[in-house]
Amino acid sequence: MAKIRGAVVVNEERCKGCNLCVVACPTSTLGLQPKEVNNRGYHYAFMANPDACIGCASCALVCPDACIEVYKVREG
Amino acid sequence: MKEISIMDINDIIKPENRVYKKPALMNDNNMHYCPGCSHGVVHKLVAEILEEMNLVENSVGVAPVGCAVFAYNYVDIDWIEAAHGRAPAIASAVSRLYPQNMVFTYQGDGDLAAIGTCETIHAANRGENITIIFINNAIYGMTGGQMAPTTLLGMKTATTPYGRRADLNGYPLKIGDLLAQLDGTCYVTRQSVHTPAAVRKTKNAIKKAFQNTLDKKGTSVVEIVSTCNSGWKLTPAEANKWMAEHMFEKYPMGDLKNV
Repeated sequence: MAKIRGAVVVNEERCKGCNLCVVACPTSTLGLQPKEVNNRGYHYAFMANPDACIGCASCALVCPDACIEVYKVREG
Repeated sequence: MKEISIMDINDIIKPENRVYKKPALMNDNNMHYCPGCSHGVVHKLVAEILEEMNLVENSVGVAPVGCAVFAYNYVDIDWIEAAHGRAPAIASAVSRLYPQNMVFTYQGDGDLAAIGTCETIHAANRGENITIIFINNAIYGMTGGQMAPTTLLGMKTATTPYGRRADLNGYPLKIGDLLAQLDGTCYVTRQSVHTPAAVRKTKNAIKKAFQNTLDKKGTSVVEIVSTCNSGWKLTPAEANKWMAEHMFEKYPMGDLKNV
């Protein structure tokens, strides 16, 4: 069976760590960096669980700073 | 059983697999909004829709005083700054003088429902060919979280520290319903941007409003019930939850008028 795989790329410097993408993600792919911060001092979002991403773009839709790019591919 | 090969993450991140990216109309300036502010989502939707509808060259936005006064820094179209509350008056002039342009205003609730009530109601009553995007977060966000006419009863703000009281401060103003009563409006809807599904619905609503303006059908109003997590003293995720629990009761979602 074909499997959908996805990936997101977060613009780390633009991200303000508001956590809305993490809440919106249906597969718990995203998380906020526990220690690392960007130039402005925010704990930016990253793919904490990359294998779970299905490329649904929910995170990108709710992102207020338009810092998420979503990629999706059909595997197999 | 054949094992499914696990693709490398770099095989997925390729331009041909991209399904979502920042609209090109939005420039790279970092937005001044607080983390989690609904304004960013609406800016993004406006940029996407203007691109999709090929309106980049002939659209004019009017942003009055409020948090969104710097909208010209983020969405790369022609903008006019208006005095506080006077955006519909400026937009009326632009749409009459340059009827080929798609004119929209981008206003908050302190702006549209308090300071500019007169301009808003009369522009809508004249049926000017403009779209009004109305961000209703029930508070004056930019000035530090004072009470707005749309503030809910019992809601704590900087100027109502014990909660809004009907006997002292009056009742929340449902200006969307008020505008829907007027003959000049062709489309009045109330939406939100707190979930991916709500964002998609809001996008369709704004698109429809812009199309009405192009078709010269009258004034379209898209009210977007939003959060002000700084003013409400909540985290962005908690603010969305609070909005869904409390705001939607007073400001229910859906079309109020669709002619």
